[in-house]
Amino acid sequence: MSIDTLARADERIKSEPLLAKLMKRPELGAIGGVVLVTIFFMITADSTMFTLSGVMNFMTPAAQLGILGIAAALLMIGGEFDLSIGSMVAFAGMVFGVFVVNIGMPLVIAIPLTLALAAALGATNGMIVLRTGLPSFIVTLAGLFVLRGAALVGLKLFTGGSTQLRGIREAVEGDFLAPIFSGDAFGFIMRWLAEAGIVDSFKSGVPKVPGIPVEILWFIAFAAIATYILLRTPIGNWIFATGGDALAAKNSGVPVRRVKISLFMLTAIAAALVAIITVIDAGSTDARRGFMKEFEAIIAAVIGGCLLTGGYGSAIGAFFGAIIFGMVTIGLTYTRFDQDWFQVFLGAMLLLAVIFNNVIRRRVTGER
Amino acid sequence: MTAPIIHMENIKKHYGNVIALNGVTFDVRAGECHCLLGDNGAGKSTFIKTMSGVHKPTEGSITFEGKPLSFGSPRDAMEAGIATVFQDLAMIPLMSVTRNFFMGREPTKGRGIFKRFDLDTANEITMAEMRKMGINLRGPDQAVGTLSGGERQTVAIARAVYFGAKVLILDEPTSALGVRQTANVLATINRVRAQGIGVVFISHNVRHAMAVGDRFTVLNRGQTLGTATRGEINAAQLQDMMAGGQEMAELEGSLGGTI
Repeated sequence: MSIDTLARADERIKSEPLLAKLMKRPELGAIGGVVLVTIFFMITADSTMFTLSGVMNFMTPAAQLGILGIAAALLMIGGEFDLSIGSMVAFAGMVFGVFVVNIGMPLVIAIPLTLALAAALGATNGMIVLRTGLPSFIVTLAGLFVLRGAALVGLKLFTGGSTQLRGIREAVEGDFLAPIFSGDAFGFIMRWLAEAGIVDSFKSGVPKVPGIPVEILWFIAFAAIATYILLRTPIGNWIFATGGDALAAKNSGVPVRRVKISLFMLTAIAAALVAIITVIDAGSTDARRGFMKEFEAIIAAVIGGCLLTGGYGSAIGAFFGAIIFGMVTIGLTYTRFDQDWFQVFLGAMLLLAVIFNNVIRRRVTGER
Repeated sequence: MTAPIIHMENIKKHYGNVIALNGVTFDVRAGECHCLLGDNGAGKSTFIKTMSGVHKPTEGSITFEGKPLSFGSPRDAMEAGIATVFQDLAMIPLMSVTRNFFMGREPTKGRGIFKRFDLDTANEITMAEMRKMGINLRGPDQAVGTLSGGERQTVAIARAVYFGAKVLILDEPTSALGVRQTANVLATINRVRAQGIGVVFISHNVRHAMAVGDRFTVLNRGQTLGTATRGEINAAQLQDMMAGGQEMAELEGSLGGTI
């Protein structure tokens, strides 16, 4: 048998249509979802939902969830879960609040310290998972309770019995780092656009949208960087390999342990970042901060095409998954529907996404 | 006759009071296919794991390119140029052929924080290497899960060869394959051998071994029963040696010589 006869094109393979190729992208479901949800609210919701201020309105919660969701997606692709991220938001928020209010640290010290502490806790999660070989689901479920409890105890300890720590906005006022982690960015562009009559403004000439909330910029930047790392760097390849088959990856020279621990650190850091942004924004922190966010983040990742078994998924998918979330939570207030339909929607969306992902996976691997 | 790339002399391996290998001598020369035959439990797996650095021998010496050597880990062996394609292949079905091919050894371009996975080069190399092995991929982004068992085996072999293997150990590469796929894999072994790589082909299928082997070593109950050169021995004799002689002859008689 010569090489030529072996290497000739296989006559049993038809050329693949573009649609079939697109069908294999993990983020397809999430993009489709965004389109469907947009159409739904175009029909049912008040027209103000899709004005600039309406978009900012739903993008803000989407961004807060999305930062968690993208980190959760990377970790899921790496083959693990982190159920402690919601509690981590509360815990990091408490720690951050204590740093700036009780100790009076400037942000330039408080923020790195909070992030470092979160990273250390994330690394501990990863170490326990790797050392014991237990499912990360169980290990981080323990973390969910431990951190939530610790946040509560810590708040009471430092406030003298209250579960809410106030005075954060006053404490960070005037700090040169505050504009990066709170408020609106690009205000000057908005003012300029308002003067030019491109965006809506109040009668006084002040634009209705004073700027882009910083979390949206963090969200977009994080999504772009995560996607780049995942698809275009060796580390991205290691993440896919680690989640696909840790043993095979290890035998091929992938530093599986380092990858997993780094990903656990990343989810914890993402949680702390969301804590810092939302705590400064609200001016206070409480023990319920980030409640249920671990599940919402995982659902956003799953809607974004991540398989529960690991090794497959996308960061940009989680980005769109989080936008669907934001649109539905906020969008329902623009309609005459009861807002509590949100939970029903959440469950249905998750189930649909999982079923859809399974079909996609079978297509990708060619299973029948 | 050229000197062997790797020479394993009188290797013994004990697990507690179990003697898995009891004096195995084996060598591989460049450009030959040396078949290691043996029935289940003969010690084939233990032996190749010793050769690929997974286990340390209890006794015995390993000479690699004329120098005595002791592998501390599979990584050492890999770096020295001993590549092993295990039965489970170390392939990830959900990932593309390219991503599998370069897993853990990604080519990069750019520097600093702009250092990135050079996918174009990787895709090109993968397509070219696979074509050399006689496999035309639909595209470099085709998932490994869509390949047949024989094609996956070939990807694993091509990967080992591309990354500079001097000795390629194949652990029962044909045991789970159909007729045509087996033929393809055997053809691949032929190509690899022609490039001057020493191939260690582990099998319990005498016919597959006879098809590509230059030398044959039979392992039985942890010991080598001797090495024969192609032409010195026929399939029936090899089969007899693998099974331990006498009893097999009787069994075979009762089955009408069909095994």
